[in-house]
Amino acid sequence: MSVSATARITAVADGRGSTLLPVLESDGPLAVRRTRSPEAGCARVTVVGAMSAPLGGDRLSIEARAEAGARLSVDSAAATVALPGAGPEAGAASYTIRLSVGEGAVLRWLPDQLVSAYGSELDMVTQVELAAGARLVLREEQILGRHGEQTGSLSTRLTVRLAGRPLLDQQVAYGPTAPGGWDGAAVLGGHRAIGQLLVVHPLFEDAPAAPRLLGTDAVLTPLAGPAVLVTALAADARLLRGILDEALSGLPNGA
Amino acid sequence: MTTRAALLVLADGRFPAGGHAHSGGAEPAVTAGRIRDPRSLADFCLGRLHTTGLTAAALAAAAAHGLDPLALDEAADARTPSPALRAVARKLGRQLMRAARATWPGPELDALATARPRGAHQPVVLGLTARVAGLGPEDAAHCVAYETVSGPATAVVRLLSLDPFEATAVLARLAPALDRVAEQAAAAAREGIDALPAASAPLLDIAAEAHAARPVRLFAS
Repeated sequence: MSVSATARITAVADGRGSTLLPVLESDGPLAVRRTRSPEAGCARVTVVGAMSAPLGGDRLSIEARAEAGARLSVDSAAATVALPGAGPEAGAASYTIRLSVGEGAVLRWLPDQLVSAYGSELDMVTQVELAAGARLVLREEQILGRHGEQTGSLSTRLTVRLAGRPLLDQQVAYGPTAPGGWDGAAVLGGHRAIGQLLVVHPLFEDAPAAPRLLGTDAVLTPLAGPAVLVTALAADARLLRGILDEALSGLPNGA
Repeated sequence: MTTRAALLVLADGRFPAGGHAHSGGAEPAVTAGRIRDPRSLADFCLGRLHTTGLTAAALAAAAAHGLDPLALDEAADARTPSPALRAVARKLGRQLMRAARATWPGPELDALATARPRGAHQPVVLGLTARVAGLGPEDAAHCVAYETVSGPATAVVRLLSLDPFEATAVLARLAPALDRVAEQAAAAAREGIDALPAASAPLLDIAAEAHAARPVRLFAS
């Protein structure tokens, strides 16, 4: 039996330097909990996978808003594992993330890895709407197959708009249902862990970052707007996280 | 009106638009040992075709269909996170614009050249050129899709001293995939700017920056 569920988070500034969460709605397998924030004035929410998801056929989504001046940090309790559905008719699962960040607000969206298990099929869509002056730190990590396993089929699209204009639009597809060449010399070159770290900050408006190589298979690049993107490939999840963490330590972390 | 000859003029590798100085990411892939032989070249070309090739073909098809070239240029920026590749796309766009205005002069090309004096993204210029030359979205998409693979194949002949017959055979075997990508690109273009694909290739972005930083190289990109 497939599941359709939408979890919702809304963060608002209380006007006295704190952030409140007037909306914090769990749904189905997506449980959202307020957790202790290491940073004053910032609300932290942890997505707790209450059961194994997404399975083939599931339709999951999370909507998170940080309204003007709010500071919200979202992480997860564990990696998300895309698994095959029950029976051959289950079809692909979908996972949709909709984020919006208001003027002067900060959103840190730092979930754990998305693992594409053998036989699974998942379409992931992340849409971000940023107001002018919004700040964002967003990490995406895709791991193709559990340990020693072949990958499932995974497609993702990340679309970010800033003040209504396109800032970043990236779409990838890996695995058995992806078009040919995805594992070859132009796309993955045999790597099994793929990561992106996007940092949007008004600081980059006047002082764009310089492009920089991070080892042999990762790069930090300034986008055509006030943002940098780290694109990284690695052999496994641990090495990938190491590259992204190191890159993040040198970037404005939403502050 | 038949336009087949105009398509040949635009798609000809000898059309003076500067593409010969670029390997489409093949040189860094050869340097890294990822392209070694016809088989890995075919894999590279197929991956590039289905990612940045589809994305660029759809931008060209959209410009040929009559969508706003400046909005498409912005969409191209958002689809090109590598500043080295944005610079290459604009440089090639500027060079193509010069050749196109001399070949098919008209107000549409003049307007884009004025709005983007340092060059618009090459696929957008190509699509608009196709439009001015009386060609359609499929034609523009075919041109760009073919360039996506012919550039690397030609470059690898020089970089690896690969037999030119083998490189041409790689291209010929890609023909059905090229047709499908061009059709897909043109179909997306007809649905409007929000329907355009954004397929990307992490390794091409990473390698492009590494290549741009290299002091000695045969091809500019």
